[in-house]
This record gives sequence, structure tokens and C-alpha cells, in this order.
Amino acid sequence: MYRTATGEEIFVIDGHTHFWDGSPANQKNIHGKQFIDCFYAYHSNLSPPSEKWEKEKFEKYDAKTMFDDLFVSGYDDMAILQPTYLTDFYKNGFNTTERNAAMKRSHPDRFILNGAFDPRDGSKGLEDLHALAEKHKLKGVKLYTAEWRGESKGYKLSDKESYRYLEAAQKLGIKNVHVHKGPTIIPLNRDAFDVADIDDVATSFQDLNFIVEHCGLPRLDDFCWIATQETNVYAGIAVALPFIHSRPGYFAHVMSELLFWLGPDKILYGSDYGIWTPKWLIDKFMAFEIPEDVTKETGSVLTMENKTKILGLNAARLYGIDVEAQKQKIRAGGGYAHFVEPVPA
Amino acid sequence: MSGRVARSLPERDRQVDERQIETRQAELWACLHVVTDPELDESVVDLNFVTRADVDAANHVDIEFRLPTYWCAANFSFLMADDMRRAVAALDWVKSVSVVLGEHMYADKINAGLAQGLSFQETFGVEADGELEDLRRTFLLKAFQRRQVALLNHLTELGHVPETITALTLAELRCLPLDDEGDRLRRRYFERRDVVAGARDERPAFVDAAGSPLRADGFAAYVSGLRRVGINAEFNSALCRGLLSVRFDLETPFVPRPRAPA
Repeated sequence: MYRTATGEEIFVIDGHTHFWDGSPANQKNIHGKQFIDCFYAYHSNLSPPSEKWEKEKFEKYDAKTMFDDLFVSGYDDMAILQPTYLTDFYKNGFNTTERNAAMKRSHPDRFILNGAFDPRDGSKGLEDLHALAEKHKLKGVKLYTAEWRGESKGYKLSDKESYRYLEAAQKLGIKNVHVHKGPTIIPLNRDAFDVADIDDVATSFQDLNFIVEHCGLPRLDDFCWIATQETNVYAGIAVALPFIHSRPGYFAHVMSELLFWLGPDKILYGSDYGIWTPKWLIDKFMAFEIPEDVTKETGSVLTMENKTKILGLNAARLYGIDVEAQKQKIRAGGGYAHFVEPVPA
Repeated sequence: MSGRVARSLPERDRQVDERQIETRQAELWACLHVVTDPELDESVVDLNFVTRADVDAANHVDIEFRLPTYWCAANFSFLMADDMRRAVAALDWVKSVSVVLGEHMYADKINAGLAQGLSFQETFGVEADGELEDLRRTFLLKAFQRRQVALLNHLTELGHVPETITALTLAELRCLPLDDEGDRLRRRYFERRDVVAGARDERPAFVDAAGSPLRADGFAAYVSGLRRVGINAEFNSALCRGLLSVRFDLETPFVPRPRAPA
């Protein structure tokens, strides 16, 4: 929960968090080491110096640290756990649905648990998806279309196999498909980041929502164009958001374009925890305004209303969260006990 | 010790050799400077990717480079290496070129392919989809658009109106009096102008990605449509530079990089 100076409460849903184990003990090979090193480079490069973690903490943090960073020192009310399996690189996987599920079990009111699938897993994968969706009552999945696997250089959502999976997902009650269209997940081909396949499936699957994580960076220009034409395509701003510190000018331009092309109802906040932490991201986001010269180009303004939508209301709508009821649940569980209640005037 | 050997060489010859190597090294760097990261449309030298460019007494050239992450797309990595190899091999004194990529997921595969002079497709076989040339063209187009919009914005700031700008031929644009920044942007634009359409003198200076001349009406909408291309490239460039600086802290010793003779 973020409270403004005037006491207004903003409900925050973090659209992108991970509970990973990238420690040397879990690394299977050099790729596992390089993968967590790359994440650490993102962390080191884009965090303010005061927010930088030791490498060891970054490689593997415990459940309590995560809970505190998100909900106690951080402003998140709820967080979506997005899995990243990477079983080729890590003995027990990097950040599996099972590992995340333990987190969700300890704090059921705080987490939304997402699953994953890969259409290249064929019929066996479909059965697994079925079991996973039923076991965890999944509302969402996270997909990596650029992931290299064996001989394959990645896949497109518009492939025939992908359609089978999306049809199955829809039947299983999954509403939200988060697609990683962003930098550095084992892309063999640069074109695996292409966002054109989103256009195709968004038209074919009108009842599903497609949340393009990292707003299509490094293809923001193409993404904006596609997203305008589809009512069910959203932008997740994880990875773009931390630029608010190191490159506020670029961040302003990106937000300005997203607001112009997609509008404030289709942008979702995400910290990408543990790469970055909600506290500083949201402090800066709440204080941020798009400079006048940028607004002049697009007319985009980051109003308080827009910020409220981006930080939580949009995700609440996608995941069917009743914000007031959820607040009551969290409050009843002592979740806001760390807040000093405002003294009545 | 080599002191005796060195003294035994005629001093003059040694100096000539050293000067020649220095000149050649400068030529190498000048060549590499023209090679760009296709996605960022910036020089691989300015991006700090190239760590070594040496020439030996037999005129064999050794180039080493590295990228911001271990995962940078293999096709683009290959493309840059191949472009560097071609650029350097075009120097008439170069006998052979070796290009080596360091610390990359596909370093071994790419380096082996480069050493054998294979194409990306041949190097990666079924894993590659054979669309590298299409992809290269996509990004050349983006570079064209980005350079064009930068120049158009600059011309507008200098007070030129759409009617004048869209009426310019290439010859007229070439002669247009500009400030230093304008001149730089114009040179960059000319480097990519032929990606789209014929670049003979009498042709229109400004055409869209399909090769059609820009028109005064709709000029503003056209320019704002291109804005996203520039923002995207700048954002990626900032990310890549940042990641490279963290990965290698840029304290990693670099070979001295002599300037090309003016």
C-alpha cells in the first residue's frame, strides 16, 4: 500500500516477481552461472547505489526477505509470481511454479501464482498444463517465446502447436498470458523478439489478455503499433521502470509513448523482483512527472489517476481482484500493522 | 635478451616498420569504426565492443570483441563479426583476418564458423532460420528512419518549413548550408539514404521507407510516426552500454587506439 502525503491509499499489485535460486549450489553448468550474472548486471547497472545487493543475497534470497522487500519495506499489496524454469541450467530449476507455490501457500492473500507452458512439449506438455492449472487454479501463465531448446531457436505464438496450448489454457480458465518480449533470455535469433505473433493470437483469442512483458523492448516501436490495434494487449513495464533512476529522460519517452498508443488502462507495473525492489521504484514513480517538452509531443500526462491504474487497478481487473475486499483481508491478517496510522487532524 | 638483436637491425628500418604498423593499426580502427551494431545503429568501436585490433609483420590481422551480455542474439553477434571481417579484409595490404568473440554463449560455435569462413546459416544449421539478410534489411531500414527523423527535426529547428524540406533534391540537400550538428546528421543520413531508393543527385532528398517522396501535407504526422523508432533505439543503446560497463567494468585494459591519420 502506498500512501500519498494527503493520506490517499494506493493499492499496488506487482505484476512481475520471482522467487529464484540462482546459487552456485543449484547451477548445473556455466550457463547457469552466466544467467544469474546477467541478471546481476541488470541489477547493478540500473539500481541506485544504495539499493545494490551483495552478489550472494542476489543469487538466493529466502522467503522472509522477499516478503519484507515486497510488502513491509516495499509498497506492494499483492504480487504475481512468474515462473522461469531454466531446467537446462539449474538442477532444481531457477524459479519453478512449485517453488513459487510454497511462497503462495505461506501468504495466500498476497500472491497470485502463475504457471508456464512451452508448446514444444507436445501432448505431454498439454497434460502437464492441465494438471498444473487444476492443482493451482491458475489464472495466468508466463511464456518465453525466445527460449532456445535443443534444436529449436524459439517459437511463435502463432504456431499451430501454440494454438493448441492457448485453446487448452482458455478451457482451463486461464485468462492472462504474460509473454516475455524483452532482452536476454537465450535468444538464438534476434527475431525471436518479434512481436508480430502477439498481433495474430490477440485477434484469434479475444477472451485472453496478452501482457507483453518489458513492453516489447527491444521492439518498443513495433509493439506500440500492434498494441493500439488490439483491445486485449497490455504492456508490462518491468525493466523499463528502473530507467526512472538512471535515465529518467528515456523513461519519460517510453511512458509517453505507451500512454499515447495504449492508454493508461493497459499498462501494468512490475518490479521484476529480485532484480529490483518495489520501495525505490514506487517512490520514484509516484514522484515522477513526464516533462513538458515530452508531453508536448504526445499529450501524455502521468496523472495520479493514471499512476493508480498502472500500479494496481489494471492488474486487479485482469485477475478479478476486488480491491476493497482484498484490503480487508490483508488488514485482518495484520498485513498493514507496520503502518503508522495517520493521526486525525 | 633481445636488446642485442634489436641493435643489430638497422635503426632506420626498425623505425620505418614501427611507423608502418602504427599507420596500419590506425587504418584498422578507422575501418572498424564504420561497422555498426545493426540494432543500435552505432559504431562497434564507440560502443566499446572491440577490445583488440592488431596487425603483425606478415599483415595478418587479429580482432577480438565482446558484447554486453553472454546471451546477446547469436545472429547479430555473427553479423557484427562478419561485417568487421569484411571491412578489414577490404584494406589492400591485409593478408588474412581473424575475428574472435569472447565470453558468449555461442562463442565457440561462432568463432569456429568465422574461422572457416562459413555463413551464419552454415554455422548454425537447422537452428538458424535463414532470414539473416531480411533481418539485416529490417534494421538498416530502422537506421535509415532514425537518421532521417533526426535530420528532419534539426532542419525544422533551423526554421526550414515542410514545403521547402520536401522539395529538396539530394544535390540541393548536399549543398544546403548547415551548422556543425546539421552537417553531422546530414552525413549520417546520406550513409543510409540508398537503403530505400535510388540516391542519384536529382532524386528527392527525403523519401519514406517505401521510397515515395515525402509530402508537405502530412509531414508532421510522418515525423511523429518515426519518433518511436528513435526512442526504441536510444533505450536499447542505453541498456547495452550500461550492461557492458557493469560486465567488464570498462577498467579491463584496452589496447591503445591510435587515431586514423586525418
